Amino acid sequence: MFRNTYDSDNTVFSPQGRLHQVEYALEAVKQGSAAVGLRSKTHSILLALKVCYIFCSYVQITLIDCQRSTGELASYQQKMFRIDDHVGIAIAGLTSDARVLSNFMRQQAMSSKMAFNRPVPVNRLVSAIADKAQVNTQEYGRRPYGVGFLVIGQDRSGPHLYEFSPSGNSYEYYAMSIGARSQSAKTYLEKHYESFADCSLEDLIKHGLHALRETLQQDKDLNVNNTSIGIVGAPSVHEKTTNVSFRILEGETIQPFLDTMVPKDAPAAAPAPPASTDEDVQMAE
Amino acid sequence: MDHFPTNWGRPRNDGFDAYGTYPIAQRPYNGLGNDVFSEGVQRTQQPIVTGTSVLAIKYKDGVMMSADNLASYGSLARFKDIQRLHPVGNNTIIGAGGDMSDFQYIQALLDNLMVEEFTEGDGDGHALGPGEIHEYLSQVMYARRSKMDPLWNSLIVGGVKDGKRFLSYVDLLGTTYSASTLATGYGSYIAQPLLRKAVEGNEDIITEEEAVKILEQSMKVLFYRDARSLNKYQIAKITSEGVAISESRSVDTQWSFADGIRGYGAQTQ
Repeated sequence: MFRNTYDSDNTVFSPQGRLHQVEYALEAVKQGSAAVGLRSKTHSILLALKVCYIFCSYVQITLIDCQRSTGELASYQQKMFRIDDHVGIAIAGLTSDARVLSNFMRQQAMSSKMAFNRPVPVNRLVSAIADKAQVNTQEYGRRPYGVGFLVIGQDRSGPHLYEFSPSGNSYEYYAMSIGARSQSAKTYLEKHYESFADCSLEDLIKHGLHALRETLQQDKDLNVNNTSIGIVGAPSVHEKTTNVSFRILEGETIQPFLDTMVPKDAPAAAPAPPASTDEDVQMAE
Repeated sequence: MDHFPTNWGRPRNDGFDAYGTYPIAQRPYNGLGNDVFSEGVQRTQQPIVTGTSVLAIKYKDGVMMSADNLASYGSLARFKDIQRLHPVGNNTIIGAGGDMSDFQYIQALLDNLMVEEFTEGDGDGHALGPGEIHEYLSQVMYARRSKMDPLWNSLIVGGVKDGKRFLSYVDLLGTTYSASTLATGYGSYIAQPLLRKAVEGNEDIITEEEAVKILEQSMKVLFYRDARSLNKYQIAKITSEGVAISESRSVDTQWSFADGIRGYGAQTQ
C-alpha cells in the first residue's frame, strides 16, 4: 500500500508545501462519474453520467455498466439535485457529502426566501458552500468534503454555471466538466465553447451530450438509462412543459435529445449540421 | 432575614443563592448576563420616548417621505433634534414613528445588515432593495411580537430599485400594506386623506416640487392638529439617482385665530 508521511492530518503541510488530504479529496471527485455543464445567454444546463457502484471488496469501488451487471441488485446513482426553483447541481464524488452540502444549500435558499423574499443569488450560494468547504481544509480534526459540484442557476443577472471543489475553490465558467475522464469532455468544450453563448437550448444540449460522450469507455454509449439532463431556462420543443425553473430530465424524456447526437463514428462530430429542420432561426457564427 | 446590609431595600434576586443553600452543582449561576429579572423587566410594555407621524408618497421620479424632528417623552417635547428618517443602502429609506429606542435598535440592525451585505457581495449586482428590506423588517417585527416583546414602531419603507418605486408599511404587529400614499400614527387620520386626494391617480404626473408642496401642506396641518408634533421636519427623496435627506426645515404658521379660542393663550374669562 502506498505510504505517505504527511497525509495523516489535513492541517499539516508537506515539505513541498502541499496539503495531501486536500489533494486526496480532489482525487475523490475524479473517481465519480462525469458531469458536464454549459451556459448560453438564455440557458444553463447540466448533463451527467449515471453509473452503478458495486462494492467489490473492503475499499475498492468499481464503476460498472448497469445493464451488464447483476440487474436488479444495482441501480443508477442519483447525480443531480434540485436546490430551489432556480438552482440545481450535478455531483461527482461522495454522494453522502453531496447530500450534506445540498441540504445546506437548500437551507440557504429557504432562508433567503424567508428573510428577504428573493431567490438566493447563485454566486452567493456557491460562495457559501465554498467557504464551508474551505474551513474543513484548515481546521484540525476535520476532513475535506469528497465531492465536487457543477452548479447551475438563474437569477437577476441571468443564467450561471459554477464549479465547486472540495479545496474550497469556486469559479464561474462558460462550460465545465468534472469527474472521471472529464479531461476528454473538457477538450471538447474548449474546442467549441465560443459558440455556446448564442446556442439554442437544443444545440446546447447536443454539445453537452457530445462532451459527455467523450468521457465514456470505447464500447459504451449514452442511453436513456445512464444520462441525466438538468436545465434552467425556457423549455425545449421536446419538453411537454412551460416550466422555466430547474428541472431534471431522465428516462424516455431524453430520447429526443439523444436522437440529435451525431453518431460517434461519423467524421467531425462538432460543428454539426443544422440538427432540427423546424428551426428557422439559426445563429450563423 | 437577609444579613447583608448592601441588599437591604433592594429587590430580592431569587436567582442568587445568598446563603449557599444549594450544593455547588445546583447553585443558580448569578454571573453577568444571567439576571433572572432581565427577561421580565426588559420586555417592552409601552413606548417611552416616541416619535409621531411619518408621511410618504409616490411621485413621478420616485418616493418622497417626511417626518418631524421631535421625540416626545409622554406629552413633553423632550428631544427636538431627532432624525426619524434613515437611509439603508443606496435605494431605500425607512421612516419611523413610535418608540425611538426601538427605532435606534432597528437602525443598528439594518446598518449591520448592510455591512454584512458589503462584505459578502459588494458589487455583485444583488444589493438589497427596498422590497427586500421591507420583507426583512416585517419578519423581524413579527418575530418580536411573537415573543411578546414587540419593537414598538410603525415603519414606512420607501425606495426605487431598477426603475420601480416601492412604498410599504410595517408595524409592531408585523402587519404590512402598500399604497401610493402612506402615513403612520396621527398622520394616518389627519394627513392620509389629504395625501390620497392629492396623489392617487397622479403618481406619474406629480413633479418633485409638487411632491414637496403636498408634504409641506400635510406637515403644516399635522403641526396645527397634532399636539405631539414639531414645526421642524425633514423631507427625504429616493429617486433612481439615490437617496437624499434634506436639512431640517419649517413651515410658516398663523396663530392669530387662536386668540378667539378658549384653551389657547391668555384667558379673558
